[in-house]
Amino acid sequence: MNHLLRPLAPVSDSGWKLLDDEATERLTAALAARKLVEFSGPHGWEHSATNLGRASALASAPCEGIVATQRRVLPLAELRAGFKVSLSELRDHDRGAVDVDLADLDDAAHRIARAENIAVFHGWEDAGVAGIAEASPHRTVSLGENTDAFPRPVAAAVELLLRAGIAGPYALALGREEYTRVVETAEHGGYPLWEHLRRIIEGPIVWAPGVRGAIVLSLRGGDFLYESGQDLSIGYESHDSEFVHLYLEESFSFLVATPEAAVALNA
Amino acid sequence: MGFDQYHEPPDELPTDTRTFARLCASLTEEAEAIGWYQQRLAVEPDPEARAIMLDAQGEEFKHFSMDLEFLLRRTPTWRAIAEGIIFQPGDIVENGEEAEAEVGEGEPGADGPQRDASGSLGIGSLRGSAR
Repeated sequence: MNHLLRPLAPVSDSGWKLLDDEATERLTAALAARKLVEFSGPHGWEHSATNLGRASALASAPCEGIVATQRRVLPLAELRAGFKVSLSELRDHDRGAVDVDLADLDDAAHRIARAENIAVFHGWEDAGVAGIAEASPHRTVSLGENTDAFPRPVAAAVELLLRAGIAGPYALALGREEYTRVVETAEHGGYPLWEHLRRIIEGPIVWAPGVRGAIVLSLRGGDFLYESGQDLSIGYESHDSEFVHLYLEESFSFLVATPEAAVALNA
Repeated sequence: MGFDQYHEPPDELPTDTRTFARLCASLTEEAEAIGWYQQRLAVEPDPEARAIMLDAQGEEFKHFSMDLEFLLRRTPTWRAIAEGIIFQPGDIVENGEEAEAEVGEGEPGADGPQRDASGSLGIGSLRGSAR
């Protein structure tokens, strides 16, 4: 048994498969950052820090005549989202029920995916994580009010990247509202806005809950580095006569290696 | 090039399943190469040529083992059965039957490549899954 303590939960093998499958499905839809940045790991729960390859001078050394430096690392941060599942619902699942209520799990999955997206795209100061949008040295491009006109600011963002020598293909991460506006919009003449934007960026458009506005970033590789310790897992917290209390958890760090490789677009 | 490692439409397969299938194909190729070198070594009398072939076969041993370890890490049921068979003394067939029985009634591989040995959901990278 590892730190997730799963064998202690009053959940059958079939119940665990149901929970794991449901969580995977919900998470995969919402984990936008992982669709766009480079992923390293998982390196395990014991993995605690990312090597930055840098060192800082120390004010003192153990004795005279010695130069002392200390390695700098980025500690991994942990995210945890608790949820509960009704034991009677799980028993019904074991009987063959197909409409099991997993709303709390779904909510936790969305919450932790959104948290990961926010940390990667907009940063997480307390964890020492600089986000892609905040790290970008480029001017923020305004998306404007008119959804029909989105191709213009997106093309302007691509032009900024090209001018900085950042090669494509590029991706477009859209916040929830912006994504909906793009999907439901056909430009004059009926040509879907989605297709027009894809032609400009020559890459994917991603639904990114947690993103404010939109972000255009390069997919050429080596620019944005996500390091996973323990990848998203379901663990056991406690149970009573009615509910089993579980949680979704992960540990990770995130580094922007090339701040110039992304442009933020304001809503 | 073809995409023979897929038996289902690749567009319908999740990213981790496509990766899993690629490593399965790679494992097969490494095993074939090991067998080919074994045959060549059985008939080749030139010592210099044999030394090269032995060195090449050693590379295939390494590649096969790395492929296998990756697949076992991603498939806990497969790993659990393998642990009862690989590097174990005694009768191989008996060990296999016992290992399968110990894993229980779950179908071998039923947990699929999406679960890893750490108990995580095995989501990993999703690069390439977005359109």
